[in-house]
Amino acid sequence: MAIIEEPLALEAGEDAVARVERPLGDLTRPQADGSWKDWLFTVDHKKIGIMYGVAAMFFFVIGGAEALLIRIQLATPNGTLLSPEVYNQVFTMHGVTMIFLVIMPLAAAFANYLLPLQIGARDVAFPRMNALSLWIFLFGGIFLNTAWLFGGGADGGWFNYAPNSSVTFSPSNGIDFYALGLQITGIASLVSAINLITTVMNMRPKGMTLMRMPIFTWMNLVVQFLLLFAVPVISIALFQLTFDRLFGSVFFNTEAGADPLLWQHLFWIFGHPEVYILILPSFGIISEVIPTFSRKPIFGYKFMVISGVAIGFMGWGVWAHHMFVSGIGPISVAAFSLSTMFIAVPTGVKILNWLATIWGGRLRFTTAMLFAVGVVSMFTIGGLSGVTHSIAPADTQQTDTYYIVAHFHYVIFGGALLGIFSGFYFWWPKMFGYMLNERIGKWNFWLQIVGFNVTFGPMHILGLQGMSRRIDTYDEDFGFEFWNLVASIGSFIIAAGIAIFFYNIFYSRSQWKKAGMPNPGPDPWDARSLEWMTASPTPEHNFDEDIVVEGPDEFWHRKYGYDENHNVVRIATAEEVAQDGSNTNVHLPSPSYYPIVLAAGLPIIAYGLIFSLWLCIPGAALLIWGMVGWIFEHPDDPNAAHDHHDDHHDDDDPEALETGDDDDDAKELVAASADAGDEN
Amino acid sequence: MSDAVLTPDDVAGHDVAAHDDHGHHETNTGISNNKLAMWLFLSSDCLLFGALISTFLLYRTNISDNTVWEEPADVFDIPFTSLSSFILLMSSLTMVLALSAVNRDDQRNGRIWLLTTAFLGMVFIGGQVYEFTVFREEGLGFGTNTWTSAFFTLTGFHGVHVSVGILLLLGTVFGTRKSGLGKEKGETVELVGLYWHFVDIVWVIIFTVIYLIPIG
Repeated sequence: MAIIEEPLALEAGEDAVARVERPLGDLTRPQADGSWKDWLFTVDHKKIGIMYGVAAMFFFVIGGAEALLIRIQLATPNGTLLSPEVYNQVFTMHGVTMIFLVIMPLAAAFANYLLPLQIGARDVAFPRMNALSLWIFLFGGIFLNTAWLFGGGADGGWFNYAPNSSVTFSPSNGIDFYALGLQITGIASLVSAINLITTVMNMRPKGMTLMRMPIFTWMNLVVQFLLLFAVPVISIALFQLTFDRLFGSVFFNTEAGADPLLWQHLFWIFGHPEVYILILPSFGIISEVIPTFSRKPIFGYKFMVISGVAIGFMGWGVWAHHMFVSGIGPISVAAFSLSTMFIAVPTGVKILNWLATIWGGRLRFTTAMLFAVGVVSMFTIGGLSGVTHSIAPADTQQTDTYYIVAHFHYVIFGGALLGIFSGFYFWWPKMFGYMLNERIGKWNFWLQIVGFNVTFGPMHILGLQGMSRRIDTYDEDFGFEFWNLVASIGSFIIAAGIAIFFYNIFYSRSQWKKAGMPNPGPDPWDARSLEWMTASPTPEHNFDEDIVVEGPDEFWHRKYGYDENHNVVRIATAEEVAQDGSNTNVHLPSPSYYPIVLAAGLPIIAYGLIFSLWLCIPGAALLIWGMVGWIFEHPDDPNAAHDHHDDHHDDDDPEALETGDDDDDAKELVAASADAGDEN
Repeated sequence: MSDAVLTPDDVAGHDVAAHDDHGHHETNTGISNNKLAMWLFLSSDCLLFGALISTFLLYRTNISDNTVWEEPADVFDIPFTSLSSFILLMSSLTMVLALSAVNRDDQRNGRIWLLTTAFLGMVFIGGQVYEFTVFREEGLGFGTNTWTSAFFTLTGFHGVHVSVGILLLLGTVFGTRKSGLGKEKGETVELVGLYWHFVDIVWVIIFTVIYLIPIG
């Protein structure tokens, strides 16, 4: 990592800035000056993580508003708030937003912020590519939502089955926005997957072996591998859809003999690993929270790791259980039934291990812990209803009913989202330097969990009664009125809970300011992993000096030892162990303009593909400017006295070999441009 | 990840940050960050082509709705495509020679072989453009049937990959005019080579699947 104890001195009599030749369009590298530009051009993984979180919460409000519209429409029979056409768009955009623009980026927020910290690194392997992922995701998400301004959102459901997604059945541009928007966010996921895997595999400090990494890091490593292999499959499906809709190919045109199952297979080969992409980060979060507040190490660390990896592998062999009613034949149905039952085993191992960690622990029911326990219980319900889907005859009854809606909300809301809220309360002091108020937090938790169960619990009953999903209204005498009304009331209880969370952020912040901004200290929870071993909020350089790791839960074992009776005793305070973040001489990678420039090109190209190919020219120009500028960008701000000596390769000392910094960046870009080029 | 205290040697114009940043120092796997990232990208690309090839396999017998042919073999010019395939495979050889020259610090030959590789790639792309043109003139459009959709998409994606490879090769040759293409650039050339070989291997599969296996 980029660490120099002191800034490099300028060579006498030379002005490094003036000596650098600047071709057209080559910008001086931006410098940190404490303004908003620090955020826009940052390559710091912590700022990028926070921006991921802010952007995702913004989309969360949009997706939540869409959910409330759905519930208002369904609260009473023959609802008239939304027309059937608008209703289709609202539930489609709700699903797409929540999955791709909320849960995935929230997980990315935590992964970005915490992965380098938890392994004891100073940044990710490719800081600029990290910024690139953020901006591509953000622009892709905004692009997707601008569909509302151009004739309406996608209306084919989040999985958007062909041939229902063809121009014939969906003539607006909504599905074009869906296909291109998800394509763009897919690039973001791919870039960040490559980056984070490289970081975890390559940048661990001395002693941090793979089997000493925190479970959160492990689960995210598995997720990044899933993204790496799942995203290209959906990319191809989306390309085929785009080509069909815009350029006249016939991949999904059944009149030309196309197989309507092609989309379903490609989508679900991506889609089922996607389920684990959504849930595993949350599993990782509560695997940090539960041991901390049980004051015990995680039960069966190796089993936790191996079961996570096993889920990652087996997740590739269950996709067709989404397709039991599509006529794939009895042998396929039987095979996928079995594999679906099997994948419940490693998940069950995890639930057992969390319970065993809690068992006999000295529990502290902080808000973070409450949310974590909420995940264990709610995900168990969702997991069990998932197992009922593996029984194909039952699934045939339940398919496309509210039973399915109930199931996946128990998994994604009850599992993934509650886990993320647990992470908010747990890591908030580390990220922002103040604690979220616990009393308000508990209101937040109880409203959210009660509202959640009131909303989605009744949907099991509605589904078994035969209420089909994606239906925009129902008649009075179907017997659906009561539970629908209950569910709608529940959805507003959830909304109240979320509103309290936002209130908590501002309330806690103002209380903290009133109290003279006390620092929560490096380790407010008496936690176990390395991110707590540096100051709060995390200093820009993460760690003052590299940590030498001697075992799992390194930080804990520096605080606690054993006395002669083999009892655990505290041997040091957190403040004694933790680094105070006072090292001001750490050299960090400079900010860069080019990630945001490069990313801005993509949505413009996408608008061009939909509306006028001419628009692709400025889009491509931005893209190329971003790439070329990226390659030739100076690795440092000019004041770092960065000079180019062309004669370095004559130097005999191998340590002193000047490899040419432009070239180093070029290599970094080889991967990036290959990514981007491949999507052209 | 070392503590990287500046030594006097470093101050003499060497950028420790850049060294450390880009994986010249030890990594846990022993593979530099850049190379690991390239391998990861290529493994992801396997799934990209996997999905495309699967689609083609699904549609390879679906050749309805056209008046041009009984079966694809009627329009294929196998000797021509075999020749362009041979040229592409030979470009892997020249790529190896380029890497070998760069690793020997033989800048001149390194550049020559890189340019040769790029040239052979361009010949291949030229052949593909020619083939597409012939197909179109014979009346096979993108949307004629599912076979043509799958065919043009699969070979088109491969063509885009080759083109990106050509840009990387040319970028390596012309982007290092000032800094030189000595053996310290070996890894850059190796990364471009990894990508190039991957694209060639994929073509071997595509060529077999599309051109050589008859429709039974």
